[in-house]
Amino acid sequence: MTGTDDEQGSSKQGDRWAAGVIPYAEMGYWQPDYEPADTDILAVFRISPQEGVPPEEAGAAVAGESSTATWTVVWTDRLTAHEHYQAKCYRVEKVPGAEGQYMAYIAYDIDLFEEGSIANLTSSIIGNVFGFKPLKALRLEDMRIPVAYVKTFQGPSHGIVMEREYLNKYGRPLLGATTKPKLGLSARNYGRVVYEALRGGLDFTKDDENINSQPFMRWRDRYLFSMEGVNRAQAATGEIKGHYLNVTAATMEQMYERAEFARDLGSIIVMIDLTIGYTAIQSMSEWCRRNGMILHLHRAGHGTYTRQKNHGISFRVIAKWMRLAGVDHIHAGTVVGKLEGDPASVKGYYDVLRLNKTPVDPAKGLFFAQDWVSMPGVMPVASGGIHAGQMHQLVDLFGDDVILQFGGGTIGHPMGISAGAEANRVALEAVVKARNEGMDLMEGGEELLRRTAERNKPLEMALATWGDITFNYESTDTLDVTETPTSS
Amino acid sequence: MRITQGTFSYLPDFTDEEISKQVQYCLDNEWPLSVEYTDDPHPRNIYWEMWGLPMFDLKDAAGVLEEVNACRDAYPEHYIKVNAYDASLGRQTTALSFIVARPTTEPGMRLDRQEGSDRRIGYTTHAYAVERPVGERYSGKS
Repeated sequence: MTGTDDEQGSSKQGDRWAAGVIPYAEMGYWQPDYEPADTDILAVFRISPQEGVPPEEAGAAVAGESSTATWTVVWTDRLTAHEHYQAKCYRVEKVPGAEGQYMAYIAYDIDLFEEGSIANLTSSIIGNVFGFKPLKALRLEDMRIPVAYVKTFQGPSHGIVMEREYLNKYGRPLLGATTKPKLGLSARNYGRVVYEALRGGLDFTKDDENINSQPFMRWRDRYLFSMEGVNRAQAATGEIKGHYLNVTAATMEQMYERAEFARDLGSIIVMIDLTIGYTAIQSMSEWCRRNGMILHLHRAGHGTYTRQKNHGISFRVIAKWMRLAGVDHIHAGTVVGKLEGDPASVKGYYDVLRLNKTPVDPAKGLFFAQDWVSMPGVMPVASGGIHAGQMHQLVDLFGDDVILQFGGGTIGHPMGISAGAEANRVALEAVVKARNEGMDLMEGGEELLRRTAERNKPLEMALATWGDITFNYESTDTLDVTETPTSS
Repeated sequence: MRITQGTFSYLPDFTDEEISKQVQYCLDNEWPLSVEYTDDPHPRNIYWEMWGLPMFDLKDAAGVLEEVNACRDAYPEHYIKVNAYDASLGRQTTALSFIVARPTTEPGMRLDRQEGSDRRIGYTTHAYAVERPVGERYSGKS
């Protein structure tokens, strides 16, 4: 990184093309005067340079390694308009309160990327650079996708508005539950859980991420029995119901086969795991749009690279990629549940998924302004260790466009699954009604739930069972709010 | 059987005061209200009959409630719902929709199964009430 001595002297022009190794900053990857173009793709990385590596050089190296550079000068650059293709690190800032960490802002010309391809976008931005030795650690914190590149994607198969019109459900969060136990149920028993939960009042039930097609229950049997449960519940309530049938499989061909069978049985929704990869996600998004199916994404595996603050990718970036890739649902955190999620960061993820425009907002971890130019929004899913006793907090935090998923909090109800579902639905409707009437939910929500429970036994039992359960652990992935908010 | 379509079907039926409070919330959000009625409660019956046009210019909850009651008087044995519409860019869809009147008895729905090959079943939700012609579906008796 410090570069070898250059025998040709100090003339910049001479240095740039001499054979050997020169600092990235001197190769044009550090341009503090650069004004990003409206069509540039922007990224901000949290960099932790090795001892002795100046931060600007580290930022320039990231720009170089994620665009045109290799470790040494190559004369073949001179056959290209190389300055056009070079990414430019245009700003480096110390992270407040984090010794040895810097935020490096990098601009990429739009020509670097294939239209409409998350695989290509990510192969550039996170392709090689995360293993780069001169950095101890590297984290992609946020990206600005320019309008010109956004418009090369169609986004969610249907999006929030179309989903609500398909379901004929408005003005409240949707309710779901993941079938439990995750593993081991036979198809017949599995369908029982689906039926009971939907009949009791949930809108959706869900396969878990690791339910695919195991020896104890093959996919085709699960689909048949689950759809019996869905349709029985639909007739019993007069409401549209759905079960996310997980089509995750080893090959695209198998996934299409499963998705087509789900469609033929009349399912309104299928599900995939993040582990299938970006290209497969985009393929399934297109398939779902063609076939009138809602696409649910479980973010299986994301915690391996989103959770640690100094290395990996922030979930807000994954959220942006998945909106482009085109899923209709994505798990985005609960704040109050059992899984990682700093409240301010999670609010930022929800904004990224749902809003048409998000301004710069350091308090929510949003480093760039983002314009989605009317691309439909993605419905966030709050799932993992939540229960009816938190309903007022959840509605206050997330508003209406969210799916609240109570797996254990439905199926574990002492009076049965259907009663568990009813408790959640009654709590939700009571909270939404009170909010609309002007109640401050954080002030009066707990008391409201208690009063509602006086005339609803299932809710009373739910509050008695779980009312005191909280998961108060410190978040790992917290924000380092800059003292002077920037306006890039 | 109580059909649970709409935002508040798991709560006891709303009083006029409770309806007015929800209407006021919608008006505060600049969502115009409309009233619709039907005697076909199938969950995929999207187009209930419109009780007049959406009340784009009505800013008074009492006026909306008057329309609800007029519709109730005209169709005492129908389902009636109040819808709020959000015309803002990026939404342009229904914002809230809740049932404010029901037939005295709701006979509910049955599930019809068309049994096909390789254990496939085609499902159809069938509302008992629609076996009778429009207008004669709910008599107030079961």
